Amino acid sequence: MNYQIIRAGDSRSFPGDHPFVTAAADSGEVVIIVGANAGAEFGKYKDRERRLAILIELGTECLGAHTGEERGLEGSNVLGFSRFRLGAAEPSRLVELVRQPRTAEAAVTAARQVFEGAGLQVAVCGDFAGRIIDRLVRPYYNAALRRLDEGLASAADLDTTLRLGLGYPEGPIELLERTGLAQHCDVTQSLFEAYGDAAYAPARRARVTKQRQKN
Amino acid sequence: MTTGIKTVGVAGSGTMGTGIAIVAARAGFRTLVYDSREDAIARARKQTEGFFAKSVERGKLPQAAVAGVLANLSGSTDVGTMAACDIVIEAVFEDLKVKHELLSRLDKVCPPHALFASNTSTLSITEIAAGSGRDDRVVGMHFCLPAQLMKLVEMSPGLKTGDATFQAAWDFCKALGQTPVKTRDSPGFILNYFLIPFNNDAIRLVEAGVAAPADIDRALKTGLGYAMGPLELLDLVGLDTHLLVAEALYAATHEPRAAVPALVKRMIAAGHLGRKTGRGFYTYQGNAMFGGG
Repeated sequence: MNYQIIRAGDSRSFPGDHPFVTAAADSGEVVIIVGANAGAEFGKYKDRERRLAILIELGTECLGAHTGEERGLEGSNVLGFSRFRLGAAEPSRLVELVRQPRTAEAAVTAARQVFEGAGLQVAVCGDFAGRIIDRLVRPYYNAALRRLDEGLASAADLDTTLRLGLGYPEGPIELLERTGLAQHCDVTQSLFEAYGDAAYAPARRARVTKQRQKN
Repeated sequence: MTTGIKTVGVAGSGTMGTGIAIVAARAGFRTLVYDSREDAIARARKQTEGFFAKSVERGKLPQAAVAGVLANLSGSTDVGTMAACDIVIEAVFEDLKVKHELLSRLDKVCPPHALFASNTSTLSITEIAAGSGRDDRVVGMHFCLPAQLMKLVEMSPGLKTGDATFQAAWDFCKALGQTPVKTRDSPGFILNYFLIPFNNDAIRLVEAGVAAPADIDRALKTGLGYAMGPLELLDLVGLDTHLLVAEALYAATHEPRAAVPALVKRMIAAGHLGRKTGRGFYTYQGNAMFGGG
């Protein structure tokens, strides 16, 4: 299936060369708008109805911020997406594909095809802040940082326990150190604002790192 | 490494007790299992023999070693056999009263130097020790399921556990070939404190219609390299078991993320307990797993 990529600023999902980018055509049934300004670019895009699917790269915002919403009946051929990456780490193979209640199934299928054709894996989710992974792991990371402060165990023992006990490739402390506590602070702060749930309130250690970055 | 420990007692021959006894016997310790139920001991013996037969099949253990390991291991319904033990690891039902009754009986038969270890995953070591008659010689040793395969042991001193007791138990754990980590005597220790709320959060995503179970599991496996997604894991563990552990954790912490989502109780009422009933977050036919929802 042919697809076209429109760049609108730096992309967190596709910051460099990737088979998905190199395989793009000058035009196609599917249009993918990537970059930090993808939403604004979508606002200017005039050829929406003629495309099977239009995919907008999302940051922390919901897809509805670009498409509008309508009493739970929203949905069209427009989807959101984000290739998951933690902070400074390389993007993973996972694409979180965001749909709305009445998104056209043909658009979902087409979006899945173009990503999977480039060796990426797709997880479909509703249009909620944090999508799947951030919504699940940020409270866990916050709890790990908080329990480290409270002396539940050393950082090394926390990491060892969660690696050996649960088969996670990395413990939470080493993972946050590798990928960036400040970025964790930003993401979890935005989720805290979205949900008002204390589990998302940035942990002290993340806030301290963020403050040091500002100094 | 010398620990002074030569004979190990395991009280309780359910899944965890059987696994712990395998670990101890395999490490060369004389291992005595106590359970008040004759049938439980017989079942554990059969499971143990089956486990070692598979270990030989997979090349993990030489055939010649099996007889020696099994000779290290014996079971009895007589609590008096625990008199020979230098350490007794209890792996009985997660109920403080049950553990106190057991430990006070053990206190009467075991020599004064014997250490008591609890495999509890949710109860307080300090509270367990308080009913033991020797609260300075009690330590938490939480093995992971299945104990005979998982290396990790969470070790927790109670408020009155002596330094020498903790060190002796730590050295013993290493002599077992396990990997000890130290955690405070805190509800859920490390593993369950993080795992139960995380799994509850995954259930809440399903409940809220954020994504289907298969998408949630795929996201975590692909995005973060997890060996298994939380909903696959819950199906494996069983939602009834998850409910028990989560309720115990919530009762101890009152943290909102530990509270069991309503969907769990509905699924249990419907008989959707996971793999063991053929349906949970996924449906199962034999070893095949289908869809989600």
